[in-house]
Amino acid sequence: MRVADKTVERTLGLIALSSILVLVSITFFIFKEGAPFVYRIGLGNFFSTEWHPTAQRYGISYMIVGTAAVTAGALVFGVPLGIACAVVLGEMAGQTTRTLLKPAIEILAGIPSVVFGFIGISLVLPWIREHLGGPGASGLAGALILGVMILPTIIAISLDALRAVPRSYREASLAIGATEWQTIWRVVLPAARSGIVAAVILGIGRAVGETMAVVMVTGNAVQLPHSPLDPVRTLTANLALEMAYASGDHRAGLFATGIVLFVVIVGLNTIAALVRTRLARPARRRHRWRLTVAEQEPERIEPAVTP
Amino acid sequence: MSARLFTPVRAQLVARAVLWSMMSLALGILALVLWFVLRRGLAHIDWAFVSTAPLDSGRGGGIFPILVGTLEVTLLGVATAAPLGIGTAIYLAEYTKEGRLTRAIRFGSECLAGVPSIIIGLFGFVLFVTTLRLGWSILAGALTLALMTLPLVIRTSEEALKSVPTAYREVALSLGASKWQTMLGVVLPAALPGIFTGLILGLGRAIGETAALIFTAGSSLPHQLPRSLLDGTRTLSIHFYQLAREGISADHAYATAAVLVLAISFINLSSSFAMHRFMRRYG
Repeated sequence: MRVADKTVERTLGLIALSSILVLVSITFFIFKEGAPFVYRIGLGNFFSTEWHPTAQRYGISYMIVGTAAVTAGALVFGVPLGIACAVVLGEMAGQTTRTLLKPAIEILAGIPSVVFGFIGISLVLPWIREHLGGPGASGLAGALILGVMILPTIIAISLDALRAVPRSYREASLAIGATEWQTIWRVVLPAARSGIVAAVILGIGRAVGETMAVVMVTGNAVQLPHSPLDPVRTLTANLALEMAYASGDHRAGLFATGIVLFVVIVGLNTIAALVRTRLARPARRRHRWRLTVAEQEPERIEPAVTP
Repeated sequence: MSARLFTPVRAQLVARAVLWSMMSLALGILALVLWFVLRRGLAHIDWAFVSTAPLDSGRGGGIFPILVGTLEVTLLGVATAAPLGIGTAIYLAEYTKEGRLTRAIRFGSECLAGVPSIIIGLFGFVLFVTTLRLGWSILAGALTLALMTLPLVIRTSEEALKSVPTAYREVALSLGASKWQTMLGVVLPAALPGIFTGLILGLGRAIGETAALIFTAGSSLPHQLPRSLLDGTRTLSIHFYQLAREGISADHAYATAAVLVLAISFINLSSSFAMHRFMRRYG
């Protein structure tokens, strides 16, 4: 039996739209549940500092501060470590070392966030309590745990970016007498910068959206943190903690929290996608004279027209 | 003066030392995590632990019904994501030229991959649990997980399809096969191992998921095996979360964590090894 090719193509086209459809319906449902509520209480109230659902107070600004603080802290630990690992894996390690190290990164990527949270509770919190003071459960604990959790994202995407830098760049640099480090610092990293920036942005997205580990280690107090040792509550923690028993306005307020989170994440993803495509172009144009014919991607050969 | 002190060769040495020690630090953290979980966890895993039901809200007994529930939710989730993901991948890799539409689809998929699991859980809660009235159930949890694994399935399937040499298609088409016959008879069978590996990778992702399942699969402790897809269940990671957070039983928490980490590591390592070998085959 011959199925009409056009029918198949249309069906596949519809299936292919599924991920966009999912994204659109997530947007629709979350806005439907939360947006009317924000409209009713007004943006001023929604971005105020008081979150007391029992007293009809739904201000989320301290949670935005909490998310921002924990994320920033995570970047301080995660970005240098992640990029360093990517450089070692991509530029310095030999083939054997690399095949031994890559599975380690995969194991790290697979460890569930609840396990990270548990390690936070049992190792990091007591350590902070004893050596730095404070209650232990704090923004710092969240930042440390998240810094480790964003490593696989940053390493994987930076590594892709490094791999996309043509071999001839390195060869040219080494040929004129530059050391390995000069080549990495002056040639490879600048050429890969758009991908690395995208890696950092996606790492931010991962940190902002992480929930379970953060709930377990940050203490979840709704307050303005004055030091890294103060407990904070993030936007995601707010959802995870209160969704189970919320109803009415409280539930709508939580969905509104979800809207903020969702908009931030989609924004970050959009920026990352733009950075990866847009920033890459001028760099390539500037270096066009270095590209040889062999390095340009061979054009995809389309199969002949169907008989 | 400072230029003398900081010669390129010295900078090279310093950079090497710093970068390698940062790499070692990351590896050390991983080793610490694994050692910490497995040291106490492995001691408590025995046959009784994986084959009996939990007693006294997790203080005693084992994890058998939870294990079964986890498998049902994750397998059903990946099985739901599979046709959508593979279909999308076929369309992207075989039926269209790169253009505005493919860019939109790819962006949608990347964006979906970035959406935090708690948001997906929130969406699953509104759509599946309340609007479609599935309640806290295996089905609602599985559908939510399907949305989470979809981007991964799309990406791995597309890579698998692209690794099949163009010559395969040309030969089939030159023999008079239609495009769909070529796909079904030649390209898909050749890409199947790669696609399957991608699905297993999705399974590994799904098993560790917690935030998306708390509001969709429920968290009540099952004492017997789930009987229908509309029964609620507690997955391994949610069970572990309850044990760890409520401080119910440290021994059982460690053992459950060890099961989780071992299962996921095994799945991830074996499937990425298989993927690597598959890609090599046509390289």
